[in-house]
Amino acid sequence: MAHSTDSVFINLGPVHPSTHGVFRMRAHIDGEVITDIEPVFGYLHRGIEKLAEGKSYRQVIPLTDRLDYVASMNNNLAYCMAVEKLAGIEVPERAVYIRVIMAELQRIISHLLGIGSFFNDMGTFFTPFFYMFIQKEKITDLLEMVSGQRLLFNYMRFGGVSHDLPDPFLPALSQFLREMPAEIDKYERLLKENEIVLARSRNVGVLSREMAINSSISGPVLRASGVNWDIRKADPYSCYDRFDFDVPTGSNGDCYDRYRVRIEELRQSLRILEQAVSKLPKGKVINPVPLRFKPPVGEAYSHIEGNKGELGFYIVSDGSDKPYRMHVRAPSLLNLSALREMLIGWKLADAIIIFGSIDICLGEVDR
Amino acid sequence: MAELILFPASIRSELPFGFWLHLALFAIGIIAILLTSVIIFIWFERRLVGRFQLRKGPNRAGPFGILQSVADVIKILTKEDIIPSRADKFLFWLAPVIAFSPVVVMLAVVPVAGGALLADLDIGILFIIAMSSITSLGIFTGGWASYNKYSLLSSMRVVSQLVSYEIPLILSLVGVVMLTGSLSLDEMVNAQNVPFILLQPTGFFIFFIASLAEISRSPFDLLEADSELVAGYNIEYSGMKFATFYLTEYCEAIVLSTLTATLFLGGWQGPWLPPLVWLLLKITLVFSIIVWIRATLPRLRIDQVMGFAWKFLLPLAVLNILLTGSFVAFWPEAPSWMIGIANLVLLIGYILFRSRFFKPGGVTVGAS
Repeated sequence: MAHSTDSVFINLGPVHPSTHGVFRMRAHIDGEVITDIEPVFGYLHRGIEKLAEGKSYRQVIPLTDRLDYVASMNNNLAYCMAVEKLAGIEVPERAVYIRVIMAELQRIISHLLGIGSFFNDMGTFFTPFFYMFIQKEKITDLLEMVSGQRLLFNYMRFGGVSHDLPDPFLPALSQFLREMPAEIDKYERLLKENEIVLARSRNVGVLSREMAINSSISGPVLRASGVNWDIRKADPYSCYDRFDFDVPTGSNGDCYDRYRVRIEELRQSLRILEQAVSKLPKGKVINPVPLRFKPPVGEAYSHIEGNKGELGFYIVSDGSDKPYRMHVRAPSLLNLSALREMLIGWKLADAIIIFGSIDICLGEVDR
Repeated sequence: MAELILFPASIRSELPFGFWLHLALFAIGIIAILLTSVIIFIWFERRLVGRFQLRKGPNRAGPFGILQSVADVIKILTKEDIIPSRADKFLFWLAPVIAFSPVVVMLAVVPVAGGALLADLDIGILFIIAMSSITSLGIFTGGWASYNKYSLLSSMRVVSQLVSYEIPLILSLVGVVMLTGSLSLDEMVNAQNVPFILLQPTGFFIFFIASLAEISRSPFDLLEADSELVAGYNIEYSGMKFATFYLTEYCEAIVLSTLTATLFLGGWQGPWLPPLVWLLLKITLVFSIIVWIRATLPRLRIDQVMGFAWKFLLPLAVLNILLTGSFVAFWPEAPSWMIGIANLVLLIGYILFRSRFFKPGGVTVGAS
């Protein structure tokens, strides 16, 4: 169009309702259209990687809780797996299954929150959010039964998990598994083919397959772009190779596909949970490890399919009781690497939902 | 002139101090009723949204939480009134007033039981349309004077959205005016032996959607899109000035519910119950539908909002005028059911026809 106005600089964040924390985007807009954008990180930097170097291996587990704080079970799992790989610790069969159950419950929580806040960004005035929050609370109750906590669980240990499942857990979980499919259908009925949802999210914020791969994006965002890459299938850990589940992928790589992939992953998580509960073996849940144990000199990298993508821990040991260096491959941060390309050219309102559809957690971005 | 338009002579002559006493009493009365009903409707909306969202809503202050809004008002009145240092102070102060006063005035012409609340204008409907445009001026002034980029963006949206939707809003009323043959709201209520929603479903459809956009309610709440623009035009306002804007929003919602009830749902008419109760019931019904929509639908984008007004509503409004006009001009004695059915067929046919070609999700990357 011939007319154009002066570019206006506008600061989205760090205190802004749709930055999901303290993310900041320095945006230049021409009217409503974004012409340039520069993400600014670091407002939630706590130096977790550095703090880990001053703590014994076991003391780092609560620190990992604070990375992606809506998915601390997964962080625990990834970290414990890295240390176990480093020190060659075996995990009892029952603990492996319990870990999978926890990780999948945590994935459901994270996806529910992700979808709910995505629709909040779209302006649904909290209704889907509340519907999803009710189910999220039920899972939180379940996780509270096992760990005593409701947010930062600190449940996994090297060689297993800290406690066995309490008696009421499995019946409550079965009941949840019975209820949840109907709930997902309810969300679908409300939102799946809503004309406004389609208008707002379809073909918006398209992330092409090539760009997704080149930007090392992982998780639901990558799968929405049509790449069938799920570490649970590609490099099976724990006992995921024993379960029957599908990897949902999108075709366009737009915001709508990202939402659809998350919804389908909820269903797949339920499938995994059902199989895990039915196959759950008896036995001990931990091979005890000394409190201050010293892994041999060396390094190890272990990754899992976290809620937001490939969550990896890289640990270097110098033979002491503290990690020499710990690095977190945080999916939230790396998923933002194509943010600029995804946002430029879209309107401000689109930018908000594109950003929301990536579903990041600032605790993990800034560490 | 003032005497002519401000109230019917029949009531005036019975009062001891005549014109001015009547004017003062009714003006104060209307403002009092409006402010009280805003408090009640805010509570009502919050309870209703709570129900939609599987929670209880405010339930602590007073029985069923009905005093929650009162508590909020007390809180907001005792807040510090902050004016940004680089704001245009005069306009910043003036904007809430410009926005609020026309809304009160609009209520003056709403008819109840044969007379208006304050004035039975011969050109009532024109008066309301004129007044409703002034509010957007106040909102724009507020956003502009705040010296804030978010509020400026919101102001830009105000101008484009409200101006666009005024056109289908006005055109949708032409059908009603033609059927009534008068611009007076009182006449319009009297003409509704059958509520106009049955005779003019198309007009109702356009009017309701356009009025949602006029009061910037979901799915057209782009002006205060809290997830994008934080709070929109009133982002820098605090204390009583903010409260005035807030009041304006709800007053507008109430006034437009009243108008919808008056123009399309038969106004104060109804069996058994007193007229005022009927009017309040209908207002509450329309307001509940607005709340229902707010609790359900996501927000549209600005270009989709504009496209919807110009490409979808405006042609429909013109077609509606053509259809209703042909009935009035060429076949005035047509039975009312026939007008209604023809209108309904137009509405449904148009929606089906256009839904094949018009999608609000027409994608535009880059400046368009």
